[in-house]
Amino acid sequence: MTTAHAEAVNGTLPHEPEKATLEGRNKVLAFWLFLGGEAVLFGTLFATFLALRNQTNEGPSANELFHLPLVAAATFLLLVSSLTSVFAIQAMHRNRPALLRSWLLVTVVLGAAFLGLEIYEFSEYVRHEEFGMTTSAFSSAFYTLVGFHGAHVAFGILWISVLIGQLVRKGLTVVTAPKIYVSAMYWHFIDVVWVFIFTVVYLLGKVG
Amino acid sequence: MDWITTVDHKKIAILYLWAGGLFFGIGGLEAILIRIQLIKPMNTFLDAQTFNELITMHGTTMIFLGVMPVIFALMNAVIPLQIGARDVAFPFLNALGFWTFLFGGILLNLSWIMGGAPDAGWTSYTPLSTTTYSATHGVDFYTIGLQIAGLGTLIGGINFLATIITMRAPGMSYMRMPMFAWTTFITSAIILFAFPAITVGLVLLTFDRILGANFFEVGGGGNPVLWQHIFWIFGHPEVYILILPAFGIISEVIPTFARKRLFGYSSMVFATILIAFLGFMVWAHHMFTTGLGPVANALFSVSTMLIAVPTGIKIFNWLFTMWGGQVRFTTPNLFAVGFIPTFTMGGVTGVMLASAPADFQFHDTYFVVAHFHYVIVGGLVLGLFAGLHYWWPKMFGRMLDEGLGKWTFWTFIIGFHMTFFVQHFLGLMGMQRRVFTYLPNQQFDLLNLISTIGAGLMGVGMLFFLANIFLTSRKPADAADDPWEDGRTLEWTIPSPPPEYNFKQTPLVRGIDAFWKEKTAGHKGMTPSEPVGSIHMPSATILPFLMSVGIFIAGLGFMFSRDTFSSEALSFLFNNYIVTGLGLLITFGSMLMRSLYDDHGWHIEPEELEGR
Ligand code: HEM
Ligand SMILES: [Cu+2]
Repeated sequence: MTTAHAEAVNGTLPHEPEKATLEGRNKVLAFWLFLGGEAVLFGTLFATFLALRNQTNEGPSANELFHLPLVAAATFLLLVSSLTSVFAIQAMHRNRPALLRSWLLVTVVLGAAFLGLEIYEFSEYVRHEEFGMTTSAFSSAFYTLVGFHGAHVAFGILWISVLIGQLVRKGLTVVTAPKIYVSAMYWHFIDVVWVFIFTVVYLLGKVG
Repeated sequence: MDWITTVDHKKIAILYLWAGGLFFGIGGLEAILIRIQLIKPMNTFLDAQTFNELITMHGTTMIFLGVMPVIFALMNAVIPLQIGARDVAFPFLNALGFWTFLFGGILLNLSWIMGGAPDAGWTSYTPLSTTTYSATHGVDFYTIGLQIAGLGTLIGGINFLATIITMRAPGMSYMRMPMFAWTTFITSAIILFAFPAITVGLVLLTFDRILGANFFEVGGGGNPVLWQHIFWIFGHPEVYILILPAFGIISEVIPTFARKRLFGYSSMVFATILIAFLGFMVWAHHMFTTGLGPVANALFSVSTMLIAVPTGIKIFNWLFTMWGGQVRFTTPNLFAVGFIPTFTMGGVTGVMLASAPADFQFHDTYFVVAHFHYVIVGGLVLGLFAGLHYWWPKMFGRMLDEGLGKWTFWTFIIGFHMTFFVQHFLGLMGMQRRVFTYLPNQQFDLLNLISTIGAGLMGVGMLFFLANIFLTSRKPADAADDPWEDGRTLEWTIPSPPPEYNFKQTPLVRGIDAFWKEKTAGHKGMTPSEPVGSIHMPSATILPFLMSVGIFIAGLGFMFSRDTFSSEALSFLFNNYIVTGLGLLITFGSMLMRSLYDDHGWHIEPEELEGR
């Protein structure tokens, strides 16, 4: 740990700074485990949604509700943000903190745009379609699954923003690198979950 | 203050022990009240509503707030020592896990004084638990309290997994790990994959109750059986979260006091893994009577019975370990030996219940009550007693009194069998569970009386244990490093209680039962794997405590967000989610603090180490 610290101070980071210390390796490992738990969490939400997705209680059905162009746009934004977070990690591995910060910033902005579209979507449903949390079992399941994902995005935006702040204050070190790496893992995970939501909720809702 | 800010796993263990002990006591009092009500037919000691609240809180408290933390206490006290680590992987998270557990438990128990405890059974089956049938805030306390406490468990699970994967001493390969470390490892994995399911279930039920969602409301298209699926896909693995650590403890205690290596070590490891795996495949055996159909019932029936195979392997391995050993019946070993037949009886009734057609008879009768108490009390609680008596000197530096320990054992185990053995027959004769009274002259009277007397005797056993703790605490802390003299694993190579840094030098492990191996080779202690050097320690911090306080406040705020209060100001604060927001602000603020101010910890230098 001490040598890794010295290197960081001299500006020469080890090649994979996120795995340079035991703390860093522990963090990455624990985060993989945590994502395993998150997978169960979303799995349960998906199962619930699948069980209830046709229980519309005479309220709007998926087919009537969804506008694919809007959702496709949101999907595009989120997928691109995953790509930019990959660029961020590449910048980190090349030890270029300024570039890293910029890519993280782009990621956050794209994430926020996604979230904005989602909020717009929800508010349209509530205002014009009379489709709220209490309308039907389908609506409850929809808002809970998609909303949970949205909350994850919101948390990710906050988290990565704080990390950008940390980068400015402390620079790229073996202490900050694991955090950034782990937040990128989180961001990819959210992205993968969204791909499932897009398929299971929206596509299946339109055709099935 | 020291205790509120500590991140030392050994102190956190003690916190878990006291908090778990407290809740265990509350759960025990609830049990005694239940048994007093059932002592005779048509008793009017309690009314039906109170009785429902008592059985609900008894089950919930015992499982989530009583035995779980005591398990975590032993894991925290022992696991880093057994694997030769200076600490857990995430000391900060370890503290956070404890505090969220404690505040979740407090929130749940506040229900007694804040307008009614949960009353829908510890399984909170819908629609019983929806607002239609349970109109007080009781079930809200259940969903939100358990949610917060569950967070702590999940954090603990991840922490132990990471600790065991990365922090083992040199030479400690997986197949040299002590069995308690193994069962902790597997238990943590089950926690990781089972708890998120109940997290979701609790969220859905909370949304139904507080936001008017329709997950389980048939009128809105919801499905009550969905709750049962979610509950049991968590709930069945949960019973293995409880029993596997007990298996681990028994596998430590028996070889120590038989002075023999654990028979069939590798088969024990694989049986543990197999049980964990099968544990996820059998949840619907709790739902045979919901009408899943014969195919589903048959499949879940068979998969359930399969679990008896690895479990049987374990039982025989313990017996073979004792076979031909020089068995010493110390208190821990008495509990361990008492565990074997008692748990086996619970397993046998389990296989009986697993037969779907028979379960239509047994379901929701006292036969089920007898079954799960045989496995949870006769299995887990005896295991915990064995573990507590065994590791007490390591945790506190004081040996518990053997005489009082034996009194504890005999009163407890006799009381236990008196209480629950007869319940098998009550169940077979048709006495239903969860009813607050019964009619006279159905042949239930005498057996219920016996059962209540037995419960009292178990209470006496607990009093002996408390007296033992109290008297012991007044004696000097002079336990030897290896007070049982036949210790086999690494925790017995360091002082009792261990110094903050556990190992002055990380030991080199050269086989299973590392310490025993060195002893039989004629060495006095372990060979170190590193020179004496500066040891890095994490600093104490109040943040985990604050984060949990924040979550606690947010939970209360959310729970009362739809209420009207007599005071205008209160209504304003709650109905606009201001209280909730404040709580979340405290939590996220603490997280931000944690992230902004780096905590580099501190070092213990070699001179200081030698000074001791
Ligand atoms: C060979 C092992 C086991 C088998 C075959 C088995 C089987 C079963 C079955 C089929 C039921 C459902 C009965 C009904 O509700 O009609 C049941 C209930 C239960 N079992 Fe087990 N079991 C086994 C071990 C365990 C263990 C190790 C524990 C806990 C440490 C446990 C705790 C429980 C509990 C708490 C219930 C009651 C749940 C409720 O409130 O309805 N069982 N068991
Ligand atoms: Cu089960």
